Amino acid sequence: MKTVYFDNSATTKTDEEVVKAMLPYITENYGNASSIYKIGRDNRKAVEEAREKVAKVLGCEPTEIYFTAGGSESDNTAIKGIAHSYRQKGNHIITSKIEHPAVLETCKQLEKEGFEISYISVDENGIINLEELKKAIKPTTILISVMFANNEIGNIEPIKEIGEIAKEHQIIFHTDAVQAIGNININVKELGIDSLSLSAHKFYGPKGVGALYVKKGVKFDKLIDGGHQEMNKRAGTENVAGIVGLGKAIELAYENLEEHNKKIKELRDYYVEQVKQKIPYIKINGDMEKRLPGNSNISFRFIEGEGLLLNLDLKGICASSGSACTSGSLDPSHVLLAIGLPHEIAHGSLRISIGKYNTKEEVDYLIESLVEIVNRLREMSPLWEEFIEKESNK
Amino acid sequence: MEYSEKVVDHYTNPRNVGKIEDASGVGEVGNPVCGDIMKMFIKVENNIITDVKFKTFGCGAAIATSSISTEMIKGKTLEEALALKNTDVVNMLGGLPPVKLHCSVLAEEAIHEAIADYYRKEGKLTEEEIKEKCNLKEHHCNACEGH
Repeated sequence: MKTVYFDNSATTKTDEEVVKAMLPYITENYGNASSIYKIGRDNRKAVEEAREKVAKVLGCEPTEIYFTAGGSESDNTAIKGIAHSYRQKGNHIITSKIEHPAVLETCKQLEKEGFEISYISVDENGIINLEELKKAIKPTTILISVMFANNEIGNIEPIKEIGEIAKEHQIIFHTDAVQAIGNININVKELGIDSLSLSAHKFYGPKGVGALYVKKGVKFDKLIDGGHQEMNKRAGTENVAGIVGLGKAIELAYENLEEHNKKIKELRDYYVEQVKQKIPYIKINGDMEKRLPGNSNISFRFIEGEGLLLNLDLKGICASSGSACTSGSLDPSHVLLAIGLPHEIAHGSLRISIGKYNTKEEVDYLIESLVEIVNRLREMSPLWEEFIEKESNK
Repeated sequence: MEYSEKVVDHYTNPRNVGKIEDASGVGEVGNPVCGDIMKMFIKVENNIITDVKFKTFGCGAAIATSSISTEMIKGKTLEEALALKNTDVVNMLGGLPPVKLHCSVLAEEAIHEAIADYYRKEGKLTEEEIKEKCNLKEHHCNACEGH
């Protein structure tokens, strides 16, 4: 059976051009980038070229880019590193309720160390409440960390405004841009971002490699002690092939940004329109304007998300859900609860994230499959039965 | 998380889905906050469950446990059906992931509630006797705590 992949927010298929760029660094160029001989020096050069590519996209200096093992490490390094480094100045950090666990769990860890964290609420579309954020600022606030775009509902936060607020109060501003990079033009200087996390596998690069931007002058303690790699800020022999892959992937993503976004957005809008027309009693979650081009998140009332995913999987379709059953915990997604969805509607959510390799035929197949599965699961649902009975008695 | 072949078979082709219009007993357990609701309909003739149907809102494991437990009690006496334990359902399914074990408890409880409903309609036993015979418990679901 053919795999039809609609989970591009989870990860993406590595671009063949990226694989091609990486291959020599797995095979003949195996040297350690810190070594003095040629195959070492060649690797150092490859790493620095990748750093320049990332810096060019973000509009910063290459010396402000640190390679890591991915988005989670970048978030941990930025938040813990900055918090520990500025502990003398204060112990208060501001973040949002809908951050990725890489940020939320890091903040919880800091709470155990005596830091105070304010979790700012969001509106029904996931957009952060800026007034609440301003009011949360104290003399002890050292860091604001708000994600660029949300991984579940795709909404884009008012990053520039947050950057201005942070600057006005001389607070460091970090953003988890893992979902945004490769989808949105981001200039860290123009947006007032002091630190930014990104991960290669979200934009057709390899897994296990990411980067952290930290503005010159912003101090942060290192997370991993050891050698002097990454300007003495991240020990460990460089993952040269991964770093080269990240560089190539970010370059490709921004070379073709408008073209890809246009196609992806058209497919996403077509999908949402078709679902609206063909399936009643749905709720579209997230902001329709300030949103990542490929993201859609729809709740199908009266059914549960895991059942939906399992049935899609039987048809070769890959997607994800905010249902408790798929989160590994007993509660549905914290993001869907934060935007005010009742539990039973959050349980029935389906995230479809469209990428550059998806086609209209695939979207048609998805819609056809969804109509059939949703109908079948509703026929099986006691909630649907009750609802229909109530409707017919009206 | 890996489901057994039997679980996949039952959520793919659930048996006995639907409702019985003139059911002898109906039992409903779970709640939408948790993401699981099971409703079981039984038809009883001469102390034997002659027909059983279910409707379930829930994950793959919830659908599979509902489906297989209907098969396990059909044709059985009420006493035999009441003796069915959630662990029997789990074994019959070839196991369930630990986080899904509560689904099998729901299936057991749905059967007990449906039989209790039958006894109530029949009117021969007192509520106390029904509670004891059907081993009715206040439903305690960790997932619901705090909601």
